[in-house]
This record gives sequence, C-alpha cells and structure tokens, in this order.
Amino acid sequence: MFSAKRAGRQFHGGRITYAVLIVFTAGSLFPLVWTAIAASRNSSRLAQTPPPFWFGGNLFKNLEIAWTDANMGAALLNTTIVAGSIATGTVVFSTLAGFAFAKLRFRFKNLLLVLVIGTMMVPPQLSVVPLYMLIAELSWTDQLQSVILPTLVSAFGVFFMRQYLIEALPTELIEAARVDGANSWRVVWHVVFPAARPAMAVLGMLTFVMAWNDFFWPIIALTQNGSPTVQVALTGLGRGYIPDQSVIMAGALLGTLPLLIAFVVFGKHIVGGIMQGAVKG
Amino acid sequence: MRGSSGRPPTEHSTTPETAVPSPGEEGAAPPRVQVSSAAEERRRARRSRRYRLDVKWSPYAFVMPFFVFFMAFGLFPLLYTGWASLHRVELTAPTDMEWVGLRNFSRLLEDEFFWNALKNTVTIGLISTVPQLLMALGIAHLLNYRLRGSMFFRVAALTPYATSVAAATLVFVLLFGRDYGMINWALGLVGFDNIDWQNGEWTSQLAVSTIVIWRWTGYNALIYLAAMQAIPKDLYESAALDGASRRQQFIHVTIPSLRPTILFTCVVSTIGATQLFGEPLLFNGGAGATGGADHQFQTLGLYLYEQGWVNLHLGRASAIAWAMFLILLVIGAVNWLLARRLSKSA
Repeated sequence: MFSAKRAGRQFHGGRITYAVLIVFTAGSLFPLVWTAIAASRNSSRLAQTPPPFWFGGNLFKNLEIAWTDANMGAALLNTTIVAGSIATGTVVFSTLAGFAFAKLRFRFKNLLLVLVIGTMMVPPQLSVVPLYMLIAELSWTDQLQSVILPTLVSAFGVFFMRQYLIEALPTELIEAARVDGANSWRVVWHVVFPAARPAMAVLGMLTFVMAWNDFFWPIIALTQNGSPTVQVALTGLGRGYIPDQSVIMAGALLGTLPLLIAFVVFGKHIVGGIMQGAVKG
Repeated sequence: MRGSSGRPPTEHSTTPETAVPSPGEEGAAPPRVQVSSAAEERRRARRSRRYRLDVKWSPYAFVMPFFVFFMAFGLFPLLYTGWASLHRVELTAPTDMEWVGLRNFSRLLEDEFFWNALKNTVTIGLISTVPQLLMALGIAHLLNYRLRGSMFFRVAALTPYATSVAAATLVFVLLFGRDYGMINWALGLVGFDNIDWQNGEWTSQLAVSTIVIWRWTGYNALIYLAAMQAIPKDLYESAALDGASRRQQFIHVTIPSLRPTILFTCVVSTIGATQLFGEPLLFNGGAGATGGADHQFQTLGLYLYEQGWVNLHLGRASAIAWAMFLILLVIGAVNWLLARRLSKSA
C-alpha cells in the first residue's frame, strides 16, 4: 500500500525542480517586464550600456505619445471589435456544428466531419491572394469586416465542441426535450447551450487570444493609416514611424496589456482549456 | 403548444410503449382524450410533419454556417490561388489575368531567392522547433511533480503565448541590439565581443528562432503536461515495483506513452515553422520584407509577401503559396511514414 502510493507520479518536486522552473518562469516573464521598463525610460537612456533594469519616470508620457500619435487608442478599439466578433461567431457556429456532429443523425455526416478536419491542414498563405482580390473588388480594404469574415468560423472550434458535447451532453436530455415538444432550435437554446457553456467559454478565450494576435492577414488587408488592428499599428511603430524606442515599447505594452490582464484573471481557465484541448485533439 | 401532445420521437426512442399508433400518423400521441375532431387531426398531422422536417433538416442548418464561410473564404481561395498561379497578375490590376501556364513555377525553380528562402525556412524551423520541443518536454516533466504554486508556474509559462508576434519581436529587436542590447551586454560580461545579431547569417537566424522558442515553449509544455497526466498511474506503479528509478520511468514509461502527443506537436510546429512570417518581417527594423540586407533571414512566408505586396506580382505569390502547400504535404507524408515505422518498431 505504502509503496504503491510512492510509486505513482506524485513525487514532490525537489530543490532542483523549483530552481529550473523559476529560471524558466523568469525567462518567460522577463521580456514582458523589460517592455514595461523600457517604456518607462527615454530613448537616450536605452542607448546606453548597461541597459536599464528598473523603471524610470517616463511611462505615462510615452504611453500618451503612443496612444495619440501612433493611434494606439483607435487600434485597441478596432482589435477589440475584431477579436470580439471573431470569438463570438466562432463560439456560436462551432457549438451548433459541434452539436450536430456529436449528437444528431444526418446523411454525409462522417464525410462532412472529415472535411472539417481536413480544412485545419490548409495554410493561410494559400488563400491570401484571392482574398485580397476579393476585398479589393468589394472595396473592403481597410474595413474591419475584411479581417472578421474570413476568420469567423474555425474547424478547430467545431472539432473541440464536438469532442466536448459527446460526453457532456446526455442524449436522453435531448430526447426528453423533444418529447416535451421542443423543436431543434429550442433544444439548442435550452439544452445544448447550457450544457456547452464551460467549453464555449474556453473556446471563446482561446479564439479571442488568437484573433487579437493575428498578424499575416491583417497586415495585408489593413493599413497603418486606415483602421489598423494593434498588430498592424505596431508594425508601423517598428518601421520607424516614430523612431523613439521607448515609445515603441510603450506601444508594445499597450498591445499586450489587455491580454496579460485577462491572463491574470482567467489564467487558470485558459491553461485548463489548452490542456483539455490537447488531450482530446 | 408544449406538451399538449406527448409525441415520442420517431427516430430516437426505441420502443414507444405508450403510443398507440393512430391511422396515418406513426408514433402519434396516446389517445388520452378522444375528441379528435377533423381540425384537431389535421393540426396533429401538420405538427408531426413539421417535426419530421425539423429532425431531418436542422442538422444541416447547424453545420451550414461553417461550410458557407469555409467555401467562401477557404475552399474557393485555395482553388483560385492555384488558378492565379497559372497567370500573370499584378496587384495594380488584379482583374487583368494573362495565362502563362506553368511559367510562374518554372521561374521559381531557377529563382535563387526562392531557394534561399526555402533554405532559411528549413534552418530556422529546425533550430527553433527541436530545442523548443525538447525544453517543453523537460518543463512538462517538472510541472508534473507535486509542486507548491503549480498553477502560477503554468500560467507564467503560457504568458508568452498571449504576447503577439509584433510586440514580442519589437522587444527582442531591442534585446538583440548590436551596440546597446542587453544580450550583447550580458555576453560582454563574460568576455564576448559585441555580436551583430541582425546582419550575420547564423546569428540573425538564431535570434529569430529565439523569438519563436520564447513564444511557444510554454504552450507545448502544457500540451505535454496534459498528456502526461492522462498516463495511467499503474504503469508507473509496476515500473517502480520492478525497481525503475524516476529517470528510468521517464524514459521507459513517460516518453513511449507520449509518442502520439509528441508526433502531434511535431506536425503542428512544422506547419507553424513553414509559415513563419511576422518574426522575420519585424526583426528587419525598417527594411521591409527582404529579411535582412542579404535576405539572410527571409522565409518563404516573407518571400511570398514580398513578391505579392511589395513587388506586386500576385501570380508569382500564388505560385509560392502552392509550393509551400506541396512542401507541407511532403513533410506530412514523411511524418506519417516515420510515425508508422516508430509504432512498428515499438
């Protein structure tokens, strides 16, 4: 009994374990902390050796310059709209499709599911040229729908919701609702959505992070002078739009801070979601 | 409407014991109150028809949004890229397409910048993916111990994942600065001369890889950790009873059980490495899409962008996109063969 308990994986971490993990954590967090330090200095201080290791007094000044001159304020609003719409659309459409694939019977179901999974393999590079032609044709360049619509559904999301609902949604519950006279849409609203809520929250967070940080397509579809997302605006900063390094760091900080705050608040759930998706995916 | 007539579902329920089928209506309501006027009868028939239509068609309605968007923004562009790659198309007039057959592709084969970008993509992919996954495996093993503050370590490991390519690269550009960068300063403390990270071939590729490693190691570690926690405990117990040390348990129990997950992360990382774009674009400072003065860290993704949106040749960009796709398919096939050999030898 005693030996079996010790034999399991529940070894306590030793000193070396903690030491290595602390070094790794420091390496993970250091660039972020240093972004804030650099953003609180001025550019001439950044052009000296040794580099600064502690905060200076220019943080709010630099943030203000980034906010107004580089339009980070507008960019943050744009990114919030884009990431919010994409997360909402992905969650709703993935839950509907995931429910159908998990619990309903229809012709071509397996074929369609294979198609969904197959689309995960297609790299985004393969679609940028026609997408660009399409939005140019529609005069959508620099409009937010040109980045929202192409990303509004996700094959990963469908697959994720399907895997979750197979176990989390008892078929009897659906049947009971049907016996009570509910049609499919009522079943979705009163049975599926409540049962799927935890997975919907996780998928929403993951999608929001991904959409917030998306880079390749936004930089093609949006310009720095139009209505850029944060990532596109940061590209302008990096290209010497404003040559002041500390202002660039202030911009980088502004673009990262909202997600970092979300990580402090929801970190546990995001970690849980990634680990859950990993085992099932 | 709700519950006025308890219809047992026609398809799902196995034995509708209570239902006495009334004529013309399979699986209808039990004849509790027999006042079925003709109107009532008709209403019931209508409801039952509506029910059957609902069960038959709503699954398609549920999956339709995905497929509509996928057709419009996934499948159609995929095929159209193939079509465009057979044409001369300029960004300035995207509707004027001139048929050139396979010329865009044959041109790629003798294009030194294409081969250069391919070589860089492979090199950067290797020096970012291999250390990243090995480190992730080690970190996951440590996180799997019983730890104080384990959730803190996990969340901290994931924060780089929440940092955008743009923000991360801008910071690393400063850290890798030649004259005042912190990395050269630290190396100087142990006696190294300043390294020109951006302009050297190896050094710039190493620096770009560092950004990738920083962003993704924690993410992969959590994926491994999840897989480790799914390994049944009795495997470890019997190994321990056989006298296996922790290290032997890791090598003979953990790693083999993780094989599918390792393969999965290899595939995902390879796909990611093939598409590497933001890091080399922004590591270049102000110089645009060339990937350094000598194209020393220009990747395929960046080369595609340069051809299409700097040099305005959309047809050539499409050909590069399809070339990337073919390379991915080859890598996928190699991965699959390797996986088959591995599982056979096991």
